[in-house]
Amino acid sequence: MRTCTAPGAAAETKAETRRRRARRPRRRPFGLRTRLVLAFLLVAAVGCGTTAALTYRAARNAILEQTQNTAVSAFREQVQGLNTALPPSAESLRDQVLRIARQGKPRTWRVYAEYGSVRVSSTDRPTSSVITPELRARAHANAEAPHGSFQRVVKNGTPYLTMAVPALFHAFSAEDAARPTGLVLYAVMELDEEEANVEAMVTAARDGALPALAVALIPALIASRGVLRPVRELGIAAHNMGLGRLDTRIHAKGSDELSDLARTFNESAAELERSVAELRRAEARARRFASDVSHELRTPLAGMLAVTEVLDEDAAAGTLDSDTARAVRLVSAETGRLAVLVEDLMEISRFDARAAELHTDEVDAADCVRKTLQNRHWTDPASVVQDLAPGIRARLDPRRFDVVVANLVGNALRHGGAPVTVRVYEEGDHFVTEVADRGPGIHPDVLPHVFDRFYKADPARTRSAGSGLGLAITLENVRLHGGTVEAANHPEGGALFTVRMPL
Amino acid sequence: MPRVLLIEDDPSVREGVELGLRRRGHEVRTAATGEAGLAALGEFRPDLLLLDLMLPGMNGVQVCHRVRESSQLPIIMLTARGDDFDVVIGLEAGADDYIVKPARTEVIEARIRAVLRRIEEPGAGRPGVEFHGQLAVDRAGLTVAKAGERLALAPSELKLLLHLTAAPEQVFSRQQLLEHVWEHSYHGDARLVDACVRRLRNKIEDTPGEPRYIQTLRGFGYRFGPL
Repeated sequence: MRTCTAPGAAAETKAETRRRRARRPRRRPFGLRTRLVLAFLLVAAVGCGTTAALTYRAARNAILEQTQNTAVSAFREQVQGLNTALPPSAESLRDQVLRIARQGKPRTWRVYAEYGSVRVSSTDRPTSSVITPELRARAHANAEAPHGSFQRVVKNGTPYLTMAVPALFHAFSAEDAARPTGLVLYAVMELDEEEANVEAMVTAARDGALPALAVALIPALIASRGVLRPVRELGIAAHNMGLGRLDTRIHAKGSDELSDLARTFNESAAELERSVAELRRAEARARRFASDVSHELRTPLAGMLAVTEVLDEDAAAGTLDSDTARAVRLVSAETGRLAVLVEDLMEISRFDARAAELHTDEVDAADCVRKTLQNRHWTDPASVVQDLAPGIRARLDPRRFDVVVANLVGNALRHGGAPVTVRVYEEGDHFVTEVADRGPGIHPDVLPHVFDRFYKADPARTRSAGSGLGLAITLENVRLHGGTVEAANHPEGGALFTVRMPL
Repeated sequence: MPRVLLIEDDPSVREGVELGLRRRGHEVRTAATGEAGLAALGEFRPDLLLLDLMLPGMNGVQVCHRVRESSQLPIIMLTARGDDFDVVIGLEAGADDYIVKPARTEVIEARIRAVLRRIEEPGAGRPGVEFHGQLAVDRAGLTVAKAGERLALAPSELKLLLHLTAAPEQVFSRQQLLEHVWEHSYHGDARLVDACVRRLRNKIEDTPGEPRYIQTLRGFGYRFGPL
């Protein structure tokens, strides 16, 4: 079934939907402001973080290496100055070890000496658990270049520097390489001071980075405000324009891209306002003209219509000659038609001026339709079939509903074919009035225009019995009730008009 | 035949309506202004006043007020349809019915007859005077008194009251009242009923804001009592 909704009604519904959508505030989890601020903070954090990390690494290495180098070279010197007989006696070795321990540089260290199974130390324990087997292996393995080695060890949270230097036989000639004696001296030095220094640097870096991030927040907010304020103003302005406030303008200052945008918006808005105002003026002029014409026509018509019956009676009585009688009947009929046209024009102009009012009453829908049919003597079941569901109570303006039903049934009888079926039934929170005829139906090209004013389906028939405004008035009356009216062709032939009105 | 006074400023309407009504046997006197019309009232003594609302100088509503001050003469307004404001103002001023211009003489005459027709009582054969609270309704003499004082009711007000009191406590829809009291067979204007009820309440109720005699049933219509 081809259905054609009255075009105006559809547009109105769409506009309404659009407006509702625009009114709904859109909440995004990450708005432009959040994203801008986050981006700023991220850049600041990466900058601060990288700088701090690089500085920390360089400074830490410098501190540790300096301590390490000082300690290693000092220890090596001490070991080289060692003067002990081989195989060393534990006693003499212990004296040497204690001497070296006293001369620790840059800080005191604990010294351990190992020779075969002899273990002596500057402390009360013979060996240290901090010295790893790896260091020991390195001290013994490096026979060719026994310069000693060192290792940083962390034990129980305390960092230690452990050094191993083998005692050498000193060669007397340059050609002879020094040879290890088998005596290896170890030194263990705590690095907690250096660790504390490094810790202090980390703290300093962190303490510097956090305020930097906080400070970065301010330009982030300022920048986001600078971007967001015009964008938000633009959004509000566009929304207001959509609601019909065409005098909306944006405050445009500065010379950046956003103010250019604002200026362009203002120019477009001004142009739009000018066009719309011009259109409205033209429309108002047209409406006033139609209304004035109708009013001016109404007064002479009132006089003419009051006397047409006199003419008709005389024409019917046969007191006039036949030509005069024909002329009189013609004038009488045309006067009646003109009166209907003027009445319809006035009604339409009232709708256009939004002066049409709804005087609602709670009524029985079936009763209303029945009365309309009775009053117009459309009661012959051969021409009008009534299928009216009883007991539907609706709030409507009985006079306007009468016009709607009378127009649809009248049209069906005039242009369609008998029998015309009028149905009233309930459908959800609406009640539906259907008027179906058994005529040839409406041509698909004509269907979208049936509710247009003065639309003539057959161009050759320039004047039909009606004013050409009947369906337009029907549409306006239904709309005034908040309902819809549709025109379609019944699958079994004939036209079908469906009116849906809220209960 | 009823004597009709027509006050209408437009000559073609005035002459057209006069001609039409006269052909149907009415005795018609016309006046072009409200002042002339009021002057003609006393001398012509019409049975009904046909009154155009838009008049130069004294307008129809003012004429209506002036007539109602001293008389129960039936008044029908002639009006441009949809001048809704005027319709309501005219009805509030005391008009019994209104006719939309342009109208055929047939329609005008039917309305005149409907307004002039004496009420056909649904409760015929009842005793002449009924008492409802402080109201005394004399169906035979067509008079209404409140606390012994006679009320000046316009024909439509009297008809409405007689219709409602004939079946106390029965609810009538506006449409029913419109058909019985004004004899409008089409889906007429409920404002006619509402305006008449308002005027009637101003005359018979103790406090029109809290009606006791004529009660409203929202969504249904009006009823008389229960007192």
